[in-house]
Amino acid sequence: MESTLDIFVKAIFTENMIFAYFLGMCSYLAVSKTVRTGVGLGLAVVFVLVVTVPMNYLLENYVLKEGALSWLNPEYGVSGSKTIDLSFLSFIMFIAVVASIVQLVEMLVEKFAPALYGALGIFLPLIAVNCSILGGALFMQDRQYSTILDATSFALGSGIGWFIAIVSLAAIREKIRYSNVPPALRGLGITFIVTGLMGIAFMSFMGVEYGKKKQEKTNTISGGAVETSQIINVKQEN
Amino acid sequence: MSNTEEKVKAPSEPLFSKKNKRLITDPLSDNNPITIQVLGICSALAITVQVEQAFWMSISVIFVMVFGNLIVSLLRNLIPSRVRIIVQLVIVASLVIIVNESLQAFVPDVSEKLSVFVGLIITNCIIMGRFEAFAMANKAWPSILDAVGNAIGYAWILLLVALVREVLGSGKIWGASIFGNNLPGEESGLYALGYVNNNMMILPPMALIVVGIIIWVQRSMNKELVEEN
Repeated sequence: MESTLDIFVKAIFTENMIFAYFLGMCSYLAVSKTVRTGVGLGLAVVFVLVVTVPMNYLLENYVLKEGALSWLNPEYGVSGSKTIDLSFLSFIMFIAVVASIVQLVEMLVEKFAPALYGALGIFLPLIAVNCSILGGALFMQDRQYSTILDATSFALGSGIGWFIAIVSLAAIREKIRYSNVPPALRGLGITFIVTGLMGIAFMSFMGVEYGKKKQEKTNTISGGAVETSQIINVKQEN
Repeated sequence: MSNTEEKVKAPSEPLFSKKNKRLITDPLSDNNPITIQVLGICSALAITVQVEQAFWMSISVIFVMVFGNLIVSLLRNLIPSRVRIIVQLVIVASLVIIVNESLQAFVPDVSEKLSVFVGLIITNCIIMGRFEAFAMANKAWPSILDAVGNAIGYAWILLLVALVREVLGSGKIWGASIFGNNLPGEESGLYALGYVNNNMMILPPMALIVVGIIIWVQRSMNKELVEEN
């Protein structure tokens, strides 16, 4: 079993939302033109993930999962005679929770933390349809974390991973403005390729061993490293 | 917006008028959702390792988009604008549940591989984007055409990326080897001549680079699409 800390570190580096699963790419590409907006959106994502994933965790474990309603009546449990399995409803429940929490958070932040609202303001409504938030909930369901603490640390880790990704891309894009990029690649094209190269760099974290569980990933790593250097050489020649 | 424009028009507009045809053909190249509008990247890239997954993903998106656009377009005058995002999300989520249950019933192994990415169709920006930009302001029939056009524009990029990655990465198309047998010791076909699969193509970051190259090719062919830094 992985420890809470393992889950946290893994979510930031090895299983980074952007570089390993491409979640939240739309806003990632659209809002990464300057570091300032990147930081704003990144913070908002961390915040909303940390609030919604535990909520959805409770929903999953006390309402949706097969037999999860046993606290109402033991008959509804997995071993009871009238087992209830509501897991087919999970998509609609998760997205409803995400959308309403985002709305609620927006109102609360506006009321009690105007400074934070000024920083996150326009990004909060965008987040309801950011794939990384729903993706966080769905991965949480898929991986069946054993405690709510694990789920929260996964959410915090994913959020921070997303934050690192968007801030570093924004910084690179600010610099790229001064480079002579081939005309057809300008803007979107070069952003895709830069993100791809950053993803390859992040793959080097795949060798990190978590806890006592040793994974045999050395092969992929060495293969990846060789090809990365080749690609970098090709780029330099160009 | 174009809503008023529609009302002025004679009611007997042919089903496939020039304007309606453009709704389908525009998103295929010059206004492609992935390469020009940059929408729907989230769920698109992770499932392009094999053509088969990309195919089922495309079918799912086409289904959700056509029916979603139709329903939103029919309800457009009933949805209060303050809560429209939530209403739209509920419509998409219900359609995606139908898709997910059908995939689990008819192609369980594909459903297994797509895992969370079927659910992520809900937050696919193309779908929300078309609801907001088109279905909320247009009649049912143009909305269906718009959905078909955009969904196919999304699908062909998806299938192209998947084809490149599967052929170069594992030497297969739809799971069938095309370069011969590459089992160690009994190589045949190209592998006997020393050909090696490019394992890098299977890694997630290569999807981004392949899309980047598609964008490069597309913009080199059509200079009007080139961006100012």
